[in-house]
Amino acid sequence: MTVGSVDPQRNGFDPSTMLTDWDFGTLSEGEDGRPLRTFEVEAIDKEIEIAPGVMFPAWTFNGRVPGPALRAKEGERLRIIFRNYGSHPHSMHFHGIHSWRMDGVPGAGLINPGEEFIYEFDAKPFGCHLYHCHALPLKRHMHKGMYGAFVIDPDPELHPELAEVARSRLHGTPENARWQELVMVMNAFDTNFDNENELYAVNTVAHAYSNRPIRIEKSRPVRIYLVNVTEFDPINSFHLHANFFDYYDTGTTLTPTLKTVDLIMQCQAQRGILEFNYANHEAGQYMFHAHQAEFTELGWMGMFDVVEQ
Amino acid sequence: MNEVAPQSAISTSDRIRRFLWLLAPLLVLAITIAWIAAADPLKNFNNGAPPVEAVTFERTVLNSAGMQFQIRAGGSEAMTVAQVQVDDAYWMFTMTPAGPLARGSTAWISIAYPWVLGEAHRIKIVTQTGTTFEHEIAVAVPTPEATQGQLQQQAIVGAIVGILPVAIGLMFYPAMRGIGATGMSFVLALTVGLLTFLLVDMTFEALELAAEAAAIFQGQAMVLLAALSTFLLLMAIGRRAGRPEGIALASYIAIGIGLHNFGEGLAIGAAFAAGSAGLGTFLVLGFAIHNVTEGIGIAAPMVRNRPSLWVFVALTLLAGAPAVLGMWLGSLSYAPQWSALALGVGAGAILQVMVEVTSYFLRTTRQEGKYWLTLPVLSGFLIGVAFMYVTAALIKV
Repeated sequence: MTVGSVDPQRNGFDPSTMLTDWDFGTLSEGEDGRPLRTFEVEAIDKEIEIAPGVMFPAWTFNGRVPGPALRAKEGERLRIIFRNYGSHPHSMHFHGIHSWRMDGVPGAGLINPGEEFIYEFDAKPFGCHLYHCHALPLKRHMHKGMYGAFVIDPDPELHPELAEVARSRLHGTPENARWQELVMVMNAFDTNFDNENELYAVNTVAHAYSNRPIRIEKSRPVRIYLVNVTEFDPINSFHLHANFFDYYDTGTTLTPTLKTVDLIMQCQAQRGILEFNYANHEAGQYMFHAHQAEFTELGWMGMFDVVEQ
Repeated sequence: MNEVAPQSAISTSDRIRRFLWLLAPLLVLAITIAWIAAADPLKNFNNGAPPVEAVTFERTVLNSAGMQFQIRAGGSEAMTVAQVQVDDAYWMFTMTPAGPLARGSTAWISIAYPWVLGEAHRIKIVTQTGTTFEHEIAVAVPTPEATQGQLQQQAIVGAIVGILPVAIGLMFYPAMRGIGATGMSFVLALTVGLLTFLLVDMTFEALELAAEAAAIFQGQAMVLLAALSTFLLLMAIGRRAGRPEGIALASYIAIGIGLHNFGEGLAIGAAFAAGSAGLGTFLVLGFAIHNVTEGIGIAAPMVRNRPSLWVFVALTLLAGAPAVLGMWLGSLSYAPQWSALALGVGAGAILQVMVEVTSYFLRTTRQEGKYWLTLPVLSGFLIGVAFMYVTAALIKV
């Protein structure tokens, strides 16, 4: 275990509040009459504390690592205004369906410091996705902290056969309000730049959720939007203690792609949705962690504090 | 009287003036330091890069409480140890004194880690800037503690590798007494040969250790300067009353060899503490055979004297007992820079006796009006070097 605690005030972000801190942007009506959702994202160089006392010179989206968890609804028009206030060229490359011009690679939305670019595309397909900087060297831009979750909720009207399930995924519905939704980005940091990670975490700060367990109410189901952006190591994993879950790989289906498992693997940029509950469990502390024991002991370990009510 | 007084007055004022001139450069230096500190003219060179950090692991202790390490900071600024990994896992640790480590200062890090006997462990310190410093425990064994039993056991080993072989070597003395001029040349050349081996061996050993030490000790320069200073100091002491011969020369050889055996003791003790040497019978016997020639070397210059028995006892202890001392120090408090320093001093002492034995030998041949580089001399030297080299193969692990 790491010694001490990280000051969220100094970092400007707190792993505990990050779990439920979605960026919904601003919703308006587009020229074609469709809903238009606008996000504003800035690339900023920032030194962050990734474990007690360990500072890391990060490149960030909106001053936080991972960047803002963007959330939209299937079929909306999305507009992302991206400004580069960093010291290097950056971009936002979205995992989704869009034109090559909006891909955020060199020659298509990769901008120099001081410049601005507006990415525009439709929110599709629904699922649990991510965005990240695609500037070269890619590895460095990834592990310096330029990534974030990008979730598209399904539109129940487009999925009449599973409308109930879709509604439970759609933010703002009463069906969705029952769920305890958490966004977790599995990341790691190479603090001495030798192409090996010294620290592993979920949402950046090593051991954050073992020092401050995540409160879970027994009676409400849990849904985790899980994204892996770990650099250098080929895979990362999620293991839930004393319980099993259903898994939706990439979140692009409304029926599970894996049923009743307690461990899933993800390669870099792989992601998915986990659904489980503690309805029949005894209240108490339940662990979750990567089942690479090395990652666990280097920071990627947390606890659910399951409570009655 | 009248003439002397003004002269001394002049010389006093002269002295004051000279003293004032001495102050002038020091004053300018002080002003320069104050100006650099206050105005910081080098601030434009600050490119935003993090400070350079350096950590040296000086001591490792493994016991029932876990692991303890003494580290020394050597960065460009004070540095902070943020986290500690053992075998790629973060472990709770305590550091005394806590807080930032000033350049050159030391601290102890304690970790309640359940280390495994006979296996390897890797320690990694992560500093505030994310820089890492690694230390490997090749074979984990409990660190010897200064108990009476432990000290006694080590004293026995020290006696076997240091005192016993010197005593055995000195027992050749009666046989050596009868030898003629040729035999004498052979024995003295043999002595120089073995001393040459010791000098080379010790210097490289010292430089190797020096490389492990923290940069602020400038280990390699320290070793060479310590050797040179010791050499000059011992030369000056040895020649106060003419060139040393006989028992005096034998004593200097014993001192030089004693310092070498101290270094050997340190190495065995440290290897013992680090678990890298099982200290097998083979190794101990190797040291004993290797060191027998040392006794012959001490005996050589006394062949034409008639020393009493206590002289032999004293010489044996002078040359052999430091091995015991070295064992104790090496296993209980091992820091590479102090071992390197001890070996550097030893190398200087060996060089002094090499010079003195050679000088003694050249004087004798000159008195006898002979050419010095004869077959017995050459063969004596080469056999001395070769014997030491071959027997050293037994003790190099």
